[in-house]
Parts: sequence; C-alpha cells; structure tokens
Amino acid sequence: MTGADAIIKSLQKEGVEYVFGYPGVAICPFYNSILGSGIRTVLVRQEQNAAHEASGYARISGKVGVAVVTSGPGATNLITGIATAFADSIPLVCITGQVESTIMGSDGFQEADISGACESFVKYSYIVRNPQDIPRIVKEAFHIASTGRKGPVLIDIPHDVQMARIERFDYPETVNLRTYKPTVEGHAVQIRKVKQELKRCKRPLVCAGGGVHLSGACEGIRTFIEKYNIPIVTTMMGLGAVPTDHPLCFGMVGNNGRPYGNRAMKEADMVIMVGARVADRSIREPDLVMEDTVLAHIDVDPAEIGKNAGPTIPLVGDIEHIFREFNREDLQEDFSDWANTLAGYREDFYARLAEEKAEQTEKAGMIHPADFVRMLSRSMEDDAVYVADVGQNQLWSCQNVIMREGRFLTSGGMGTMGYAVPAALGAKLAAPDRQVVAVCGDGGFQMNMMELATICQYEVPVKIAVLRNNTLGLVRQHQHFAYKDRYSMVDLTGSPNLEKIAEAYSIPYLHIGRASEAEAVIGEFLAGDRTVLLEVEIDPDATV
Amino acid sequence: MKRIYSVLVENRAGVLCKVAGLFWRRCFNIDSLAVGETEDPRVSNMIIVSSGDQRTLEQIEKQLNKKLDVIKVKTFSERESINRELLLAKIRCSRSSRRDIIEICDIMDAKIVDMSKSLVTIQMCDTPERVQILLDALKGNSIVEIARTGTLALTRCGDNK
Repeated sequence: MTGADAIIKSLQKEGVEYVFGYPGVAICPFYNSILGSGIRTVLVRQEQNAAHEASGYARISGKVGVAVVTSGPGATNLITGIATAFADSIPLVCITGQVESTIMGSDGFQEADISGACESFVKYSYIVRNPQDIPRIVKEAFHIASTGRKGPVLIDIPHDVQMARIERFDYPETVNLRTYKPTVEGHAVQIRKVKQELKRCKRPLVCAGGGVHLSGACEGIRTFIEKYNIPIVTTMMGLGAVPTDHPLCFGMVGNNGRPYGNRAMKEADMVIMVGARVADRSIREPDLVMEDTVLAHIDVDPAEIGKNAGPTIPLVGDIEHIFREFNREDLQEDFSDWANTLAGYREDFYARLAEEKAEQTEKAGMIHPADFVRMLSRSMEDDAVYVADVGQNQLWSCQNVIMREGRFLTSGGMGTMGYAVPAALGAKLAAPDRQVVAVCGDGGFQMNMMELATICQYEVPVKIAVLRNNTLGLVRQHQHFAYKDRYSMVDLTGSPNLEKIAEAYSIPYLHIGRASEAEAVIGEFLAGDRTVLLEVEIDPDATV
Repeated sequence: MKRIYSVLVENRAGVLCKVAGLFWRRCFNIDSLAVGETEDPRVSNMIIVSSGDQRTLEQIEKQLNKKLDVIKVKTFSERESINRELLLAKIRCSRSSRRDIIEICDIMDAKIVDMSKSLVTIQMCDTPERVQILLDALKGNSIVEIARTGTLALTRCGDNK
C-alpha cells in the first residue's frame, strides 16, 4: 500500500462521498489511487471553486467537505476558498500535493509554502513527513474540522510521501489530542444565571448567528422562543433559524438589516447572543448597544465571547446542547407584550415601505430586485436552498428572502464574490432532492462562470439567476453616496451575452426584462429539476 | 498594562511561527519573547511579555488557548513572578574609561566576562528594569553590540498553584 492509498482508505473510513478538486503532478498519486474507490470526484474549472463546492456540500450535508488540489498555483488558488470557509466556520479538509520532500525549501517548480500561507485562516494544518502518520493525521483533521468551532484543516503531502510504501494501515478509532478538547456541555451555573436573568428582565431578545445552523440548534431555539414568546433577530449567517414569516421573527440586524430588528436590539434589556461573532456589520458599536443591556453570550468558541462585546453572562458550549438544557424546565414567563410592541414597529415599517414604493415609478417597467427576491423565494419549494452571492444581490436577498424550512447560504464573513454558483453546485450534490437556486449579480457571476462546465459535466441541476445591471452595483452605490457619483472601476461593459453563454453550455436560458413577465418566467425557471440560467434586467440606479 | 504569558507548547517545527504570527495578525504587541525546552523535551515554554488594555490582554490568552499546538497558558503580572533577563554587551574601552566601566559593573552587579585591548564584554542577569539601568549608565561609552534574551519568568513560589 502506498501513502496515496492510505489517504484514500482514510477518506473512505470517514465516509467521504465527494472530492472536489483539480489535478497536477504533485497530487497525481492521490488521483491515481482514488480510481475505483467509490469516492466520487468533481473536476472543478479553477481551484478556488473546489473549496466553495466543498463548502456548499458541507453546509447542506452537515458533513466535512473535501477539496484536493495540486501544489504551487493549485494550492494558492485554493486559498480564497479556504479563507471564505474559515470566516464562516465551515468544516473542510483540504489536501494539497507538495513537491518532493528533498526539494522542499529550495523553491522547486510549483512549490509554495501553502501551510505557511494559510496559517491565519485554517483551524490547523499538517505537513506530512512520514507516510506512516497518514491515518492518524486524516483522522485528526476530520475531528478538528467538524468539532468545536468548525473550520478548514489543511493537509500538505509531498509527492514522495504519497508514493512511499507503508507497512500497515491502522485507522485509529479515537483521537487523542491533549491540546484540543472543545467544551460541549454548557456550565450549569451559567445556564442557571441566564434563566435567572430571563425571569428578571422585561424585554429579552434572541440574536441568532451562523453557529445556530452549524450546531443544528434551530429546533431547540424555536421551542425556546415559542415557550415564552421571546422575539428573535438574526445576523446574515443566522437567517432561516426560524421561518421568516414567524410572528416572533424580526429579521436581520446590522447596517444592512431591517430598522425594526435594530430597534429591537436597542430597546431590549436582555440580549441572548447565540453563535454570533458580534462583528462590525451586524453590531457596529457593541459597547454602546449593550450599555444597559444584560448580554448572555453563547458560543462554542470561548475566544468569541468578550472579543467585541463584554458579556454579562458568558456561556461556552454547543448551542444545541445548551438549548436542550434551557428547554428542560418551564419558567412562568411570557413576553408577548414586548413581542407585540416590536410587531407594531414591523407593521409601521412595511406600511411606510409600501407608501414609498407607490411613489416610485419603476424605471422602464423593470422589476425591482427586492420584488424579484420575494417573488422567487415565495415560489420556491419549502425546503429549498437559496444561495446568494455577494454585493447588492446578497443584501436584497437577505432582506427580502422568504424562508420556510429551507436554507440560506452566502459568504457572510469574507464576502467572497463568485461564491454562489460553486456553493450551489456543492449543495445540490449534498441534497439532490432539494431545489437549489443561486442568485448572483453580473459581476460575481463572471468571477466563477467557468463552473457552468462542471455543472454540465456532472449534470447537477442547479438554477442560476443573474441580476444584470452592467455594473458592480454595491461599489457603485457606495460611490454614489460616499463619493458623490464619481464612479470608478464599476462599469462592466464588455460582459458577454448571457443567452449565448447559456447556449454555449447547452443550458436553457430565460430572461426577465419587464416586471410584468416576472411571475410567469419565475414559474418556468423553478419548474422541473434542471439547470436553468435566468437573466434578470435591473436598474443600475437601484440601491439597497 | 503589562502582562506575562507563560505558554507551554508542543515542541514541533513551525510552532514558534504560528504563535508569533497570531500576535502579528491580531495586532497584539510582543514586548519580549523567549523560548526554551522544558523538563519534558516534547514541550517548550514560551515566555511572552505583552501590553495592552484589559480586553486585548484577555483576548491574547483566549486566542493562545485556541491554538492547537498550545498545551497550557499561564498568565501573571510582573509582581506575581520572578523575572530575569540576560544581557551581553560588548563595549569599546580605552585605558581611561576602563575604571569607569568597572565601577558601573560593580554598582550594578554585572560581570566582565571577556576583554581585549580595546573591548570588554559585560554580562548581567537581572530584572529587565535593572538591565535597562545598566544600559543607560553605559550610554556614555560606545556600545559595539548587545544581545538580550528577553524576559524569562516563573510565578513566585508562594503563589504557585
């Protein structure tokens, strides 16, 4: 057995279904051994997409996504994808080929110090020196990636280590890392403190972040808030923790969120922050917002607690476990009055929005992107996966998406343009029975458009909607407000004809030019389990 | 505020780089850093002196604990610990200035460990503050080169937990 065989066998032991990747000489032993292993391979068209596809797969399957590429440029191309996964705590194992051990350090052909380059956005990294270590390292890598605060782990394997013979293959049953023991159970004293504060406060609010999905705690949180009628807001990564039309759901907070959500945050006298980083885009001045508020901060990563906001009650542990603990006993609390007050704010907002809209005459009969998102998501299946790219499309999406039992995926932390198409591909492979729709702008779409080939090659029926305004909308909008319309580097003239692009890949193409035709075209777009490219013309002056 | 971190890490290639990199990218200060093996050759002890506000100092501890190569982080103030630094200083010295240098060494409890016609090398092992006093006192003479270890620290025996 060779080192490469040992990697494949280890991946089989971990139950890996798919490997997303791109070959090169330094990883050829691996791709030689994978033939006939039963593990399916997906050849991407650029390495960054391997990580995004593995990420989409991981987020929907709940398993670890695997990306395998070659040394040097293959590995460096992967970096953006790794950093994207790291920012959103997505469990990945990334394997990179490396030049021969004897050449390492001498600037050989296609040599890059990938573990050094990735140090700040991997949870851990390995350089395999001894082929005998492979089973232990792979076992540890999957364990580290998928436990505690999840994240990407990198394994760099020199070519000769993959080729080397190994005597025996023993896959370890357990992992024994003296330096890594994530806390799962919440501390009983802290849990009690949260309950006590809940009894004392008048206006509690749950703020759910991406950790809620990663820990599979949506149900527990729903039970908790419904028990006591506690209102809930989410960050962008937390969207879908409860259905968007849930009476206790007050949307997304932050500078791109809804005013009634932010008002809830300001007026609450107790905030239960759950699996959220309290990052600048969600809560800009945490110390100010939390000044007179009891902040209970629940996170599996102790370093997140107190990083951006000083908590009153720090509570480290797995969210799902902690809410199971919360739900074990019933308190006599009911916060419907406070929830009703917030519902009033929400109604006011939508009344005002309707008024403003009535005044606006839509330019040339084009559909407003917010309306498009609402129409599209309303028509999607209950458990559909909505993948938003980055930019205006993302903000229109997260403000207007209607979600029931589905998922909302986006690159929230890193804001990586081009994420949507490859992530949707990975998501669809993880859940072939669910509807998967990618929504992007014409800028982001062109960043990873080459992945249409992968979609065709493996016949992955994802639906892609491109909001076309021939400009980099969010930057343009920023230049409109902050630079008084001095537009620089935002004109996308030269973009291809998307109908012809679709034709070139033999993908059905649909087009929405006028608002009046939207309903019918969306119906056609969503019908059947097939890949479709939908182009939606929108007004370049529309702002979020 | 000043804080000392005694960080027990796995004695593996690349660990120093990972820990130092953490300070760099999170914008934490390193006032001094000293690394050496412990009684267990698989474990190294990194003594890092840092400064910052309360939140930063707390974050340093938490972020260090998050590193998978970090076994244990102890943190204490200068007052809670014994701090020592080793200094070697090579100084140009003429016949006329030699007396002066010997006198400074006597006062500061430093040792002359090497000499030639025109140079002396002084060794001093003391608290970082006293090492600095010696250096300041020697400023009148021309310092050719100096080497400092950075602070080593252990908690006081009385406070040992």
